[in-house]
Amino acid sequence: MIFNFISGNCTPESAALADLAVGERGILYDFSLSHDVAEYLMNLGFVPGLEVTVANSGPGGDPRIYRVDGTEVALRKELSKLITVLPVAVAAY
Amino acid sequence: MTPISELTPQEAATAQAYRTVAVVGPPNSGKTTLFNRLTGLRQKVGNFPGVTVEHHTGVLKMNGGREVALIDLPGVYSLTPKSEDEKVTVDVLNGDMDGIPRPDAIILVLDSTNLNRHLMLAARVIALGLPTLVLLNMADELHNQGGHIDVLSMARQLGTPVALVSAVSGQGLGAVQNFMSSAARAPEPLELPVVQDARLCREWAVRVGAKAHYHRPATPLWTRRLDSVFLHRIWGPVIFGVVVIGVFQTIFSVGQPLSNGLQFLLDRSAVWMSVVLPHGVVQSLLVNGVWKGTGAVLVFLPQILLLFLVIGILEDSGYLSRAAVIADKTMARVGLNGKSFIPLLSAYACAVPAIMATRTIENKRDRTATILIAPFMTCSARLPVYTMIIAAFIPNHPLLGVFFGTRAAAMLGLYVLGFLMAVFTAKLLKSSVLKSKDAQFVMEMPPYRWPTMSSLLLRLLDRCKAFVYRAGTVILGISILLWVLTNFPMHNGQPPAIQDSVVAMVGKTIEPAIRPLGFDWKIGVGLLTSIAAREVIISTLGTLYGVDPQSHSMDLQTVLRHELSPAGAIALLVFFAFAMQCMSTIAVVRRETNGWKWPILQFAYMTAVAYVSAFIAFRIVNLFWT
Repeated sequence: MIFNFISGNCTPESAALADLAVGERGILYDFSLSHDVAEYLMNLGFVPGLEVTVANSGPGGDPRIYRVDGTEVALRKELSKLITVLPVAVAAY
Repeated sequence: MTPISELTPQEAATAQAYRTVAVVGPPNSGKTTLFNRLTGLRQKVGNFPGVTVEHHTGVLKMNGGREVALIDLPGVYSLTPKSEDEKVTVDVLNGDMDGIPRPDAIILVLDSTNLNRHLMLAARVIALGLPTLVLLNMADELHNQGGHIDVLSMARQLGTPVALVSAVSGQGLGAVQNFMSSAARAPEPLELPVVQDARLCREWAVRVGAKAHYHRPATPLWTRRLDSVFLHRIWGPVIFGVVVIGVFQTIFSVGQPLSNGLQFLLDRSAVWMSVVLPHGVVQSLLVNGVWKGTGAVLVFLPQILLLFLVIGILEDSGYLSRAAVIADKTMARVGLNGKSFIPLLSAYACAVPAIMATRTIENKRDRTATILIAPFMTCSARLPVYTMIIAAFIPNHPLLGVFFGTRAAAMLGLYVLGFLMAVFTAKLLKSSVLKSKDAQFVMEMPPYRWPTMSSLLLRLLDRCKAFVYRAGTVILGISILLWVLTNFPMHNGQPPAIQDSVVAMVGKTIEPAIRPLGFDWKIGVGLLTSIAAREVIISTLGTLYGVDPQSHSMDLQTVLRHELSPAGAIALLVFFAFAMQCMSTIAVVRRETNGWKWPILQFAYMTAVAYVSAFIAFRIVNLFWT
């Protein structure tokens, strides 16, 4: 596992992707994932700095579909809780 | 567009004659539609040597009559050889794949409505240095939804020819002909990112797009609207249930009459053949051996094609990906994920394409587990066996109105039985030998699209060929072999009494082993021949009882009632629900798992489960049904 604990990862505003509510947006910031998985997600559109929106989900709210970089990708909660996002306003600043 | 005729003689002389061109693109870029459009019926399917990845090769006819081989490579997001699909793509492009010549050039297909992401693959492909044509597909969607791109600027930056095309309508595809007859030149991009770094590739893609005034079109609203219905908290699962039931309903209500019609034609032609052909050994071989044997299998063709058609429509429209999301939670309970749902649903048609469809599951252990449980799903080859035995032994009493009687309940029970055994086996595998640490489910949702007639038809044609080929080889061979075994040794040119034939000797040898299940030697022969394919037991019993003077005037159901006890019949149903009697499945498992280990284990396991369950069923029914 590669843990990218860059300073600022623990800013009060950062949140796990899994914790966003349906319809909420965030800016992708960091992955606490192995290099291979992170690379795979990036090729699918989960590139840090891009905006991600929470869309529909399967029954019971898991897995959820995320709108990112012009596409929609379904992820399970166990994965999306390892992805850190920043609030849209902060990242824009 | 510049057809060959417009080239100057000098240009035509220097034009490099491409022989092999690879088609590369990310999933959902419309690559396969384009490939079908370019090659039509001039394509064939094969496996890359040594690996389990399937590929299509096709022939593109040039304006001048020259032919170019096109290789359709698996859809990939990047060229880092991590998954098997990507490794194959990289190997083929580098010329490291045995039996496949290194491509002279590449056609790269990208979705023009999502270039920021799809251009990431372009960086990696261009870096290979092969002459490349970049096709920006789905031009019609780009324009209709208010998108824009400057193709010339894009071509300048990438250093390759670029064309805006629509594989569905054929718009702009003249560029392919033009590219094939142009001089081969390696790409000369203005700049390339470090291709291993996804982040840098993405930044480069945005820069290239911005310089080419790329304006991404709005996501079509109706995809979101449809999703808000299909993935609705309550309606989503309801629609999911309706779709699954609808798939089965279609096969029974539409497929069954078609099969019956085909059966009628086959029976009539058999009668006609026995009238036309002179009486004797040849007539018997052709009518009873060849025609009736293969015919018994061919009658399922309508049902199988129908199922593939329905699943094809669901897949091409984009619904199956949503179904996978809905099913994921449930699949997680047995240790699998939503991606296993699609293969398992197709396994109700036939385990062979289902096992091939497991390729979309990245996790190797999940994939193996799915392959191992798929044959427990009630495939269409079991249907005729179930139908025959149920019709012979279970009287039809209405249970819930006229539409749901005891026979329908028995049939449903067998479906449930297979499903439960699949669930049990999955749990068993996923908690022991195939336990995986991080179960992941990452799946891109393609936008909803109308399925195109041509791609559906090509798919059906593929399946039809495979099925008829099987009927014409394996099943024909077994039918003839069985006919020979039942008609020899001959005495004075007359076939022997069935009890004295070779086949009876074989059957009686294994009889002690199957006695405990309530089967006699004739059923035993049926079990042996049906290892080739389940439905073969019907033609086998038809032949065995047909040549027996005591039963040849009765229909198969009446004979069965005479020959088999009710307990034996139930045991036979249970045996068929669990046993892996299908050579095609064994062959495809060997191919997909790259060795004999899994198919042998699977065959042994399923046969053992079938034997023990049939034995238990026989004992229980004997207690209550006297």
